[in-house]
Amino acid sequence: MRGLFLASACVCILAVGTICVFLFANGLPFFRQYSALDFVTGTEWAPLRGVFGILPMIVGSFYVTFGALLFAAPVGILTAILMARFASRPVLKVMKPAVALLAGIPSVVYGFFGMMLLVPFVRENFGGTGKSVLVSSLLLAIMVLPTIIQTSLAAINAVPNSYYEGSLALGATHESSVFRAIVPAARSGIVSGIVLGIGRAIGETTAIIMVAGNNPRMPGDLLKGVRTLTVNVLMEMGYAADLHRESLIATGVVLFVIVMAVNFLFSFINRRRVVQ
Amino acid sequence: MKTRAASGSFNDIAVPAKAGRHWGSVMLKGLCWLSGALTLGTMLLIVGYICVRGIPYLTPELFEVKYTSKNVSMFHAILNTLSMTALSLLFSVPAGVFGGIYLAEYAKPGSRLVRAVRVTAETLAGIPSIVYALFGMLAFVVTLRLGNSLLSGALTLAIMTLPLILRQTEESLLSVPMSYREGSFGLGAGKLRTTVRIVLPVAMPGILSAVLLSIGRISGETAALIYTSGTAARIAGLDDSGRTLAVHLFQLQQEGRHINEAFAVAVVLLVIVALMNALSAWIAGKLTRRG
Repeated sequence: MRGLFLASACVCILAVGTICVFLFANGLPFFRQYSALDFVTGTEWAPLRGVFGILPMIVGSFYVTFGALLFAAPVGILTAILMARFASRPVLKVMKPAVALLAGIPSVVYGFFGMMLLVPFVRENFGGTGKSVLVSSLLLAIMVLPTIIQTSLAAINAVPNSYYEGSLALGATHESSVFRAIVPAARSGIVSGIVLGIGRAIGETTAIIMVAGNNPRMPGDLLKGVRTLTVNVLMEMGYAADLHRESLIATGVVLFVIVMAVNFLFSFINRRRVVQ
Repeated sequence: MKTRAASGSFNDIAVPAKAGRHWGSVMLKGLCWLSGALTLGTMLLIVGYICVRGIPYLTPELFEVKYTSKNVSMFHAILNTLSMTALSLLFSVPAGVFGGIYLAEYAKPGSRLVRAVRVTAETLAGIPSIVYALFGMLAFVVTLRLGNSLLSGALTLAIMTLPLILRQTEESLLSVPMSYREGSFGLGAGKLRTTVRIVLPVAMPGILSAVLLSIGRISGETAALIYTSGTAARIAGLDDSGRTLAVHLFQLQQEGRHINEAFAVAVVLLVIVALMNALSAWIAGKLTRRG
């Protein structure tokens, strides 16, 4: 039995290894026929003419992610503080399941909601087609909100209560003690929550494809359409062949590398926290 | 409490009782309540909007066995979701639970293997579903020649949900008090019997709640399935292509001709996720009450 348990534990290692092998083995040959530099710095995506530049998608992915954090980070952190230190028991009884439900709603439902409600709303009030950076960021913000809330909440709850008591003893009010003693102490945990949110936002596909407009050109202002790396793969994989197909797998490799870098940053921050 | 993060300098703690700072804190507290209201409001808006638009279209015809282009019944999608979930848990639960048992009960804590499994589990949890889609397509559909099939999709999702089950199993086992194991050893039971008969039952609620969360994730997954299990609108066998509920919703939205029916599918998906969440929270709550 011990051997069976050991083998099962190794499935994770095996899975990561196999994923890397399959992605790189199928994605890297593309760079024998197409310069890697042109691929990641090219601003034009025209598969029919054999031009594969994914810079607009890289910029697009970071653009909508940054926009999402602009909404989600403040709201998420403040909500976590509320749940940790200000909310009464009955309020918590409502908030906790609400956040869990937000975390559980499938991305296809988020996308559908965005397409049916947010896109027409922006189209009628701000102009444009509505499928835009703005709506994508807003929708992503809602989707990463529970991640940020849950991680920040755990970080704030992990701060020893003596910090708070010490602050009270020095004559500070309840509010100042929370904001000036507890929250600064939970800083790195909150940052790691935001980094986790970045990872999730960059990898989101189904919701974005419905609200982003998906035009493969450099993203412009907030009301113009945008295409992310993830969308590029999902949209064109169905009919792509030969070099075009390989370019999409290579897009996946670029995405994989970016997400791995973000995750590495996350575990780096976490490890430093534990050491301290 | 090992996660204390402050530099420890008194600047973080000392609070001069200046009136201005006091009012700043009160204002921040107001913003906290505003953010909380915004979070709650967003949830209510999404759930409310989907329900209001979808519930009126949850007609009996939508659950008819036969799927036609006129009546886009979701019966086949519900069956496919069930078989996809069962099939994928069939792979991920044994691997996750056995792996968790090894990490918690057999491995030396902090050994190189344990660290490697932790890092890779974290990596798996962070990989976006579209990358899983590419991997599933390249590995299962093309290389193993499984084609666009329920099996390809289930294998892909099994890898996706594995880290969740593994980590939760490990943590639940680790939270079982040492005295349980000592008592069992003292009565003459061996390692395996102690683990399976004494420790595992106590950790069961934690494992079960992870399985329920996995069911929620499997039913809601779209991107990883479109190019692995495919989008055929029929009741799928093991090696047929078939769409789950989430993929069904995605396809209806892309076709754009059955928006009301799509809302109805979204309601069903929301109900599944809410049910799984509630069950999982209930079980986890029972766990903490007893401990």
